[in-house]
Amino acid sequence: MSLHLILKNIDEPGLNTLEVYRRRGGYGERMLKALRMQPEELVEELKASGLRGRGGAGFSMGMKASFMPKGTMDKYLVCNADESEPGTFKDREIIQKIPHLLIEGMIIAAHAAGANRAFIYIRGEYVQQADILEAAVKEAYEAGLLGENILGTGMSLELTVKRGAGAYICGEETGLLDSLEGKRGHPRLKPPFPANQGLYQGPTLINNVETLSTVPLIMEMGAEEYAKIGAEGSSGTKLVSVSGNVKRPGNYEIELGIPAREIIYGLAGGPPDGRRVKLWFPGGSSSPVLTEDDLDIPYDFNSLQKAGTMLGSGAIIVVDDSHSVVDVALWTAEFYRHESCGKCSPCREGTNWTMKMMRRIRDGMATPMDLDIIESICDNMLGNCLCALGDAMAMPISSMVRKFRSEFEEYIERAREANPVLSGTVAPDEAALQGAVL
Amino acid sequence: MEVRRFSHGSRVPGWDEAARLSRNPAEVPDPATTPVPDELRAEIEAEMAKFPDPRSAAIPALKAAQRLHGWCSPEAIEQVACVMRVTPAYLSAVATFYDMLDTDAEGDGYRRRVYVCTNISCSLRGGRELLQKLREAVGDAEDIQVRGFECLGACDIAPMVSVDGVYVGPVEESDIEELARQIREGSEPLPDKQLIKRPSVDPEANA
Repeated sequence: MSLHLILKNIDEPGLNTLEVYRRRGGYGERMLKALRMQPEELVEELKASGLRGRGGAGFSMGMKASFMPKGTMDKYLVCNADESEPGTFKDREIIQKIPHLLIEGMIIAAHAAGANRAFIYIRGEYVQQADILEAAVKEAYEAGLLGENILGTGMSLELTVKRGAGAYICGEETGLLDSLEGKRGHPRLKPPFPANQGLYQGPTLINNVETLSTVPLIMEMGAEEYAKIGAEGSSGTKLVSVSGNVKRPGNYEIELGIPAREIIYGLAGGPPDGRRVKLWFPGGSSSPVLTEDDLDIPYDFNSLQKAGTMLGSGAIIVVDDSHSVVDVALWTAEFYRHESCGKCSPCREGTNWTMKMMRRIRDGMATPMDLDIIESICDNMLGNCLCALGDAMAMPISSMVRKFRSEFEEYIERAREANPVLSGTVAPDEAALQGAVL
Repeated sequence: MEVRRFSHGSRVPGWDEAARLSRNPAEVPDPATTPVPDELRAEIEAEMAKFPDPRSAAIPALKAAQRLHGWCSPEAIEQVACVMRVTPAYLSAVATFYDMLDTDAEGDGYRRRVYVCTNISCSLRGGRELLQKLREAVGDAEDIQVRGFECLGACDIAPMVSVDGVYVGPVEESDIEELARQIREGSEPLPDKQLIKRPSVDPEANA
């Protein structure tokens, strides 16, 4: 029996409206109980639940909330609804179908953090979803659930929805803050952390949609009960987005710790008939890849970290044996090169070089030495970039090159043989006139 | 073998446009000499009022200008800069950063934007071929932008297309002609394949 906390009856008609949501107990006793608690008590409850960030970093939510300073200055709660990690589409389902769960979670989290001003930064591409979210916020304001003196509790919270305009790096928490401030979304160096210097240089608690949406559910069942679900060090349920070469791609709510095979084959149906899993990304495109041999790994934060990868946003991308790993590596490199903000040299140059080398491999211009250079670049980028985007490129690419080295070498050999310039069919200057980069 | 060089003689690409050193840097546009349509001004000022720092309204303001002008043209940027009281360069910096803001179009820009996802999950299911075929099928309409885009967060309906924010998928070969026609006409794209109507695939979600 699997637990469905977020996706329970998710397609109930009108669930995105206040009326239907309230009928389910939303904004009811569980929220009032939370708002009556002292902020410190509430933070302890969140810590005790073991809720870890659902956006990618997996940091303890309660601990993050406890970093907020005391005082009467403007404090901000920001919801990261930018969801741009390739393969991830779980927050979209929450925002589209049960937006009030997020709003309720934000009210409770704002109380825990002492925040008086909240923002939801939603990616610009989610046009229809943002419309639904804005309508829900309007409903909440009209019902006295947002604004001054919420339901007579004395707590006030102003909530604004801000839409992005298409940039993956604005999903990085400090990149998001810069973008919210109306600038280019360049990440900032941490420390100082957003809890000290965040939005408009004020104390800011920033959390993912799913993390904040889980807060009311924790209030309802109690932190102790929530901590019993899931695995050691990964309590609770998680929405997992499965995509790629599977029969039934989609969002599935799972108890953390079940074997990955159960998700990929059991829930998503596995690859098409006659095909096998060649490689799979366990946590979006930023995670080191795993192979068919790793399918029995328990899907939770600690187990995946021990296996040399990460749970990340909880997005599984499955590649079957009808695709070449070189193609997947090329698409991955192209994505990170496009999305690199350009602020720091290792990432800006490293993503460009890696993409160019991948393209040279594809065009038959590479030698096996290129693979060593790619690994060296990834090695030099890890831990040396301003934010995690550099690592996010270096980790999957280096894992693919390492685990599928022979396939890369065979591809390089074949592509060189097929290359018209190298095989002598076309003269070099003729090829240059045709635009080939030599 | 001759070494390719650029027109300025170097092997290193230079700037596309030389810096015009004889001109003064553009200042905050003077409202007295910069006509701004009333509706646009009202929209931008409403956005600015939502935030503690009005500069946070940069993205929504540029989007509003893009809706009016078809793209973030120099004229559009000047108008927004005038209302927001910032320099055009500030807004150019912001506009050139984001994929949904078009800074290199021409004339009246685009009235319809079609994004075909070419990221990993969609490419695994033919997204890149879809982009090529859809482009051919839509044809040469100057005011319709058909481009590849990064992960749009709809990998469950891969390969997918966003038509002005309406997500449709999985788009099969047999759908392409119909979708192209709907894009050209401005009618509803593939009503049976819209994401917004799709129920959850989780077997126990609605049990």
